[in-house]
Amino acid sequence: MPSFTRPLGPARRLKNIGFVVASVLASVLVLAPLVSIFGYLVYKGVGSVNLAFVTHLPKPVGEEGGGMANAIVGSLMILGLGSLIGVPLGIGAGIYLAEFGRGRFVTLVRFTADVLNGVPSIVVGIAAYALVVLPQHHFSALSAGVALGIMMIPTIARTTEEMLLMVPNTIREAALGLGISQWRTTLQVTLRTASKGVITGAMLAFARVAGETAPLLFTAFGNQFWNLDPNQPTSALPLQIFSYAISPFDEWHRQAWAGALVLIILIVVAVSAVRVVTSRGTMTHNA
Amino acid sequence: MGVGIEVNNLNAWFGKAQVLSEVNMKIAPNAVTAVIGPSGCGKSTFVRCLNRMHETNPDARLTGSVKVGDMEIYEPGTDAVDVRRRIGMVFQKANPFPTMSIYDNVAAGLRLNGFRKRHQLDAAVESSLRMAALWEEVRDVLKKKSGASLSGGQQQRLCIARALAVQPELLLMDEPASALDPISTGKIEELIFQLKTQYTVVIVTHNMQQAARVADHTGFFLMGKLIEFDKTEKLFTTPSDKRTEDYITGRFG
Repeated sequence: MPSFTRPLGPARRLKNIGFVVASVLASVLVLAPLVSIFGYLVYKGVGSVNLAFVTHLPKPVGEEGGGMANAIVGSLMILGLGSLIGVPLGIGAGIYLAEFGRGRFVTLVRFTADVLNGVPSIVVGIAAYALVVLPQHHFSALSAGVALGIMMIPTIARTTEEMLLMVPNTIREAALGLGISQWRTTLQVTLRTASKGVITGAMLAFARVAGETAPLLFTAFGNQFWNLDPNQPTSALPLQIFSYAISPFDEWHRQAWAGALVLIILIVVAVSAVRVVTSRGTMTHNA
Repeated sequence: MGVGIEVNNLNAWFGKAQVLSEVNMKIAPNAVTAVIGPSGCGKSTFVRCLNRMHETNPDARLTGSVKVGDMEIYEPGTDAVDVRRRIGMVFQKANPFPTMSIYDNVAAGLRLNGFRKRHQLDAAVESSLRMAALWEEVRDVLKKKSGASLSGGQQQRLCIARALAVQPELLLMDEPASALDPISTGKIEELIFQLKTQYTVVIVTHNMQQAARVADHTGFFLMGKLIEFDKTEKLFTTPSDKRTEDYITGRFG
């Protein structure tokens, strides 16, 4: 009998160790920038984050203290409007691509989504400027929401499509065989089965646009005061960070660091909250 | 109560390939009818034509008529969703909804059709699970465990319970035990035996012993044609067609 297995010689063992070390090193290299960015943010920003920072309006140059409360609320408002536009349209397009689309139109939609994903964010800002700001004759949170919403669509559409295509056809057949209509099958069985991945896609898109500055420059525009009206110029964290960071004042630099830290924390909190809320009611395999 | 089925001149295609030709069959109510034949003979396609699942494949085409009870299922005015509501189906591979609990799986057919009364849902879930001989094994974890966490045999019985919960008039089973071990298979066969008191059952199987054990009538398909259809005992002991005899004696297939 010829033997098909070779004994594990020292060379084989060395190779094994080499690969393990290499892959551990690679993962450390991946983590390093993230950890260092976050660490540096905390180091620079944590000193200026206090209750006043998240509850007060910006102070004029020269005065100590003040905060970015209006920018935090403005960011939340713009991101909320953006998600209201981007999430349903993105998921809807993804459902079309995966479940209903046939022929050339699908290829066109998919291609358009991929191109839109590659369009520089400032260009999307210009589009929102032309679509909303010009006809309305004023800057607004709404126009910024439109810009961010447009940016969210392609990511969400493509991840939704991918996740739906991963749902085995036997699950659709089970639902159809029970006499459940096509649209209910799609929404309450197929989409529900894929919901984890779809939500991840939506959260990725959300986190990505939350830090966008360029599309806000000529849509939200910025505002030094409180504004809760979506039809008025609105402050946003990235805008405030941008204008403070390029200013010549040390106090404003410190505030910019604090703003960046708050922005990251906000994204992490929002993403985790959505995960917790949406994981209720759906079961995993081991549950 | 179960209903009978009348199949007339049924032809079915996938693209250009014809998979069923000129099938005529009269299936008795409240009895078990088995469909046997070698792989690719069209037996799965045949049962999928009985509840309009065939047409869910984009390349599929079909001619002929199928009457289930007093409903002509391929008449222009008949809605496929209505047809499937009245006909239950169990598939070859157990396919519980993975994100739903055991309870939600069984209740899915009723709930997603707009049925919301709690007490009646509870009752329907219990009686369906009892009928599928799964109640005792899952009664304590109904809402705690996912349908996908059960064993293969339990999952298939869950799928049977799910199909029964909508109170169909007819139950189609496409090789329901082919992926199961002998003990689970035995449980499912016992179940089929009990089901025929209330339902008409059509079962596809490539296991001839299984057909002989559970079915009152058996049809033998070969290359898309119904070769012979008779009482199970007659078909297996004194088949009238040479091809049937060759198949059941193991000369091919």
